[in-house]
Parts: sequence; C-alpha cells; structure tokens
Amino acid sequence: MDGLPHYPLPEGVHPPLAFPGYRSTALRAPRRPLVALPHGLTELTGPLLGADRVGPDDHDLTVQHGGEALGQRIIVSGRVLDEGGRPVRDTLVEVWQANAAGRYRHEADTWPAPLDPNFSGLGRTVTDAEGRYRFTTVKPGAYPWRNHHNAWRPAHIHFSLFGRAFPQRLVTQMYFPDDPLFAQDPVLGSVPAGARDRLVSRFDLDATQPEWALCFTWDIVLRGRDATPFGDDDD
Amino acid sequence: MTERLGLTPSQTVGPYWSIGMTWPDGADVVPEGTPGAFWLSGVVRDGAGEPLADGLVETWQADPDGRFDHPDDPRGPRPPSVPGFRGFARVATGPDGTWRIRTVKPGPLPAPGGGTQAPHLDLSVFARGLLDRVVTRVYFADEEAANAADPVLAAVPADRRHTLLATPGGGGYTFTVALQGSDETVFFAV
Ligand SMILES: [Fe+2]
Repeated sequence: MDGLPHYPLPEGVHPPLAFPGYRSTALRAPRRPLVALPHGLTELTGPLLGADRVGPDDHDLTVQHGGEALGQRIIVSGRVLDEGGRPVRDTLVEVWQANAAGRYRHEADTWPAPLDPNFSGLGRTVTDAEGRYRFTTVKPGAYPWRNHHNAWRPAHIHFSLFGRAFPQRLVTQMYFPDDPLFAQDPVLGSVPAGARDRLVSRFDLDATQPEWALCFTWDIVLRGRDATPFGDDDD
Repeated sequence: MTERLGLTPSQTVGPYWSIGMTWPDGADVVPEGTPGAFWLSGVVRDGAGEPLADGLVETWQADPDGRFDHPDDPRGPRPPSVPGFRGFARVATGPDGTWRIRTVKPGPLPAPGGGTQAPHLDLSVFARGLLDRVVTRVYFADEEAANAADPVLAAVPADRRHTLLATPGGGGYTFTVALQGSDETVFFAV
C-alpha cells in the first residue's frame, strides 16, 4: 500500500474551528491541535450516494405540497468539480433553507415570521455526467439569530455533498450576491478573506427563465487528488 | 500539474440541519436482522460537559473482510461480504447527546506505507458551533493486539489514545466524544 493517492488540504480555505465572533464555537470547537491522518483506504473511499436517495420532486422545492411555495421563484444551478477541474458526477447534493420569510420548518425556529404550508425547505438531487446540479426553489429570507446584538443571517441555502472519497465531504452555505448583511455575519466572516467569495452565487441573466424564475449560478469545488503518483486521475 | 480550482470553504450545519440531512434508515450500516450486528452507541459532550443535543454523527467503515465496494480501493471494488452492508451511517444526537448505529465490526486494513490498520471507523461530528466537521476514529478496546500495531494510534500521544477506543458492553460498544476538556477526544486533520 505504498504510493497511494491522497487529497491534500489547501491552507487558507476553511474557517478556523474556534472563531470568537461566532459564540457557539466557544464550548464546541476542540482546543487541542488536530492530529495528521495519512490517507489510507478508509479515507480514499467513501459512500457513493446517488439517485437511490432522491425522489421525483426533490429537486423542486416549490411543488412538494398541494400549492406553490410563496416567494421569489429562483433556479439555483451549477457544477460540482474537484480542485483539478474534473466533474464530480452522479453524486448526491442535499439542500435545506428557510422560507421566503426567513423561517425554517423546524421546532427550534420560533421567531415571529410566518411558515408557508407549501414549503418545507428540503431539496435533493444528483449531479449529471458533467457534474451539473439544478434546484428550483424560492429565495430564502434573512433571519435573526441572537449571536450578538441585532444579529441577522444573510439569506443562504445550506448544501451537503459527499463526492466519492471521505476527504471530499463538504457541508457549506451558498449566499446571494451583494447582500448588505455580509459585513456583520461572523459565519461567512469566519472564512479566510481570500476564499469568502467562493460562497457567493452569481446572478445569471442568461440562465434566467423569462416569465418564470431568476437564476443564480454557483459552482462547488471539492477536494482534489494530488496529481502524483498514480496518473489515473482521468476519471 | 495544472492550475487548481479554489476549494469551496466549509460552513456550519447550523441548528436546523435535520431538515435536510435526516434519513429514516440513517442508523443502518447493516440492515436489521443482520447476523452479528450490534449497536455502536455513544454520547457527544461540549466543553461544559453538557450533552450535544443538536449534532449529527456520520460514520464510514470497511466491511468485516476489510474491503470497500468502491472503485478507488487499489485492491479493486468488491461487493460487501454482508448483504445490504452500506458502510455509512448518519444519525442525530438526541437531547441527552446520545446516538447509535447498527453495524458490524470492520476488518483490518493494509496501512499506507506498510503495516496493518486495526479495525476502525471514521467518525465525523457536525453541529451548530462547528464551522467545519470534526473527525475522529473509533477503534475497539477488545482488539488489543491489532491496536498495538496500528500506525495511526502509534502517532497519537499515549496518554490520549484511550479517547479513540470504543468499549464493549451490553452486546455492543460505546464511544464517548468530548469536544473539549481534560479528556478531549483526539481529532484528526483529514
Ligand atoms: Fe441557516
């Protein structure tokens, strides 16, 4: 088992676990330094989750109930790639979000914004052969969260991806362009400045559907294998 | 080597992850009724010793023969030796911080660079207050000989190795994750 490929972790991308501006990290972020884990077979593999976890309406969050969800209808689409630019195909993408009023359908979300009986905020899909994914949903509202005085989360959609190997696992959040709430948000602000823009989608007029829905485009990049020494990176 | 694309940063799962990541069959590494299956259960605690009541635990492991049904296993993919074996589990931590998965003990694995890795699972914890997942490994306390030869355990300071051991009891195993504190679990940079 010499010369196995591995998935190097670039610096300056992920947030530090301990980030004082985000209060909940204080008692939850481990304090001891992480121990390096050389990638073995458990790390070079991972669950290959795909179409069997996805139902027919799961990609359209606006039609999962008796009537249409309220709010600004949007399409969110893009590609899932690895750092080498290769598409990550046939991989499960899970999303969840607040409704257009900024309220989650969750027992722990009790702020006084209305629930929408036609919106549960859960979506799933699988990437195609080019790594493309596409959801139809409504634009989520901002919501308050008591982290600091007058704290509001900018509008965002939560994304969960597996890729094909354990180090590619990613749970993150997609934001919308030019949100004035960015500056006061420690969750987005925890990301090193040079990588923060990668979480912000782009308004895409060309992909916007006339008389139907605005489109926001967002590509997701998972960890890539180092190019040496196996040379079988063409898949 | 060609230019690399910019890796997408991690963000916390937040308090409402259960909307998007709850699976009815999440606990089943192997289906109910699998011969030899046991519950691997545990508790996750924060730095105040309080149970982590809103977390998500995911696990990944080899089958009992130490194989993966995965094209990137250099030995070649092989269908699992246990029917219905998924290798993967995802479960919520309850109000008391506990979680459990139905699984079988994985086999030992050839280690990168030589040697043998003792039976283990990779375990991730996601939660509000964790800006990225934290990753640890679950080894089995009753595999003393295999654990003594495991290169990953050997690289962990001796006085912290016990934090990676699941202890047998009640027909299964239990594993405690302490996110902080004097007995903080060893977490790995993956
Ligand atoms: Fe959120």
